[in-house]
Amino acid sequence: MRAFVALVAREVRLAWTGGGLWLPVVFYLAVATLFPFVTGPDKALLARTGGGILWIAALLATLLPIERLILPDRQSGVLDQLAVRGWSDELVATAKIAGQIVAFALPLLLATVVGSALIGLPEAQLGTLLLGLALALPALSGLSVMIAALTAGLSGASALGGLLLVPITIPLLIFGAGSLAEDPGNAMQLLAATSLAITALSPFAAGAALRASRT
Amino acid sequence: MSSRQASLPSLNIDNVAVIRGNRMVLRGLSVTARAGDIIWIRGANGCGKSTLLRLVAGLLTVTAGAIHAEGRVALADENLALDANVTVEAALRFWADMDGASVDARNVALSAMDLQDLAHIPVRFLSTGQRKRASIARVLASHADIWLLDEPYNGLDSASCTRLDQAIIDRAAAGGIVLVAAHQPPSINVAISLSLDSHGVVT
Repeated sequence: MRAFVALVAREVRLAWTGGGLWLPVVFYLAVATLFPFVTGPDKALLARTGGGILWIAALLATLLPIERLILPDRQSGVLDQLAVRGWSDELVATAKIAGQIVAFALPLLLATVVGSALIGLPEAQLGTLLLGLALALPALSGLSVMIAALTAGLSGASALGGLLLVPITIPLLIFGAGSLAEDPGNAMQLLAATSLAITALSPFAAGAALRASRT
Repeated sequence: MSSRQASLPSLNIDNVAVIRGNRMVLRGLSVTARAGDIIWIRGANGCGKSTLLRLVAGLLTVTAGAIHAEGRVALADENLALDANVTVEAALRFWADMDGASVDARNVALSAMDLQDLAHIPVRFLSTGQRKRASIARVLASHADIWLLDEPYNGLDSASCTRLDQAIIDRAAAGGIVLVAAHQPPSINVAISLSLDSHGVVT
């Protein structure tokens, strides 16, 4: 358990020092800042579409850290050393996902408060948006680690990562944006179910990818 | 884990063959090592030395034959596995935490490889030989039963080579098993000396 915590703490530290923490947040807030320039200062329109834009920004921000999630550890031998110590690849992936939840999901949630103010979302919608993102961000963290494991070492990993991410996140986006409607109940439950399934499966997919790429 | 540590380490490589990338890398290799043995594996580049160490470490699987290692394994290969942006001390502490090693064990490992003066320097500033010493210190601090050292003498100055010789002898004397893969002949007394030809066959 102590070793697991040490590995999660290392992930958070690497994100903090390697730009994995600020880059998604800056990107996310940049979208929130730029969007009103596109639509013009139409308050009603911004209130209606702003939540959806923040959802898309959160999904795309998932792609930003993937290049530094797995590849550096593969190249420096850290993954080999963990395997020699008897760590299963699934457990390594779980630690990395936990690290992503702390270093990527939590800062993005905090940035949502700022982002919704920049767009001018109604306060009533902010709570729903935060709840929806809080439900979806563990799944996005899991997907980022999974995609990083699948594409580690391939040329054009970022572009491929985008192609992999988009289809899997469509259900999250549909239910997430749906939860912003008048009655969020059903969409929120479906969002929670989808997110749970993706979060639970991603360590196994990422672990299998880590094992397959070991030479 | 404790029951495994209590029993004596042993290593049994039985008629192992490995195919990697459509090429037979090792063939018909059998080695039996008991506690206290130092095994020296020699051979030209690409003869399968590193592959053999990775097999014993459990990072690769054999195509035929069997490998059975009793005891905890530590590997020092070409990959440093120390975070470049933290100090040598912090990078080694991460792995010591993973191994459940004590602060004392870490300090002893640092001084055994003469790294005390470098302890507070970020890993990225280390020279080739210093990096090698840091990766050996990681193995030392782990207190593993079986050491797998891949070209550990590469880049080391003569003083460091002597230190490494001593560390290997001490580990074997304390009941460990040390596998050294190197292209030069052994500089210490070894129990088993293997020489692999370019087809991975013991000659």
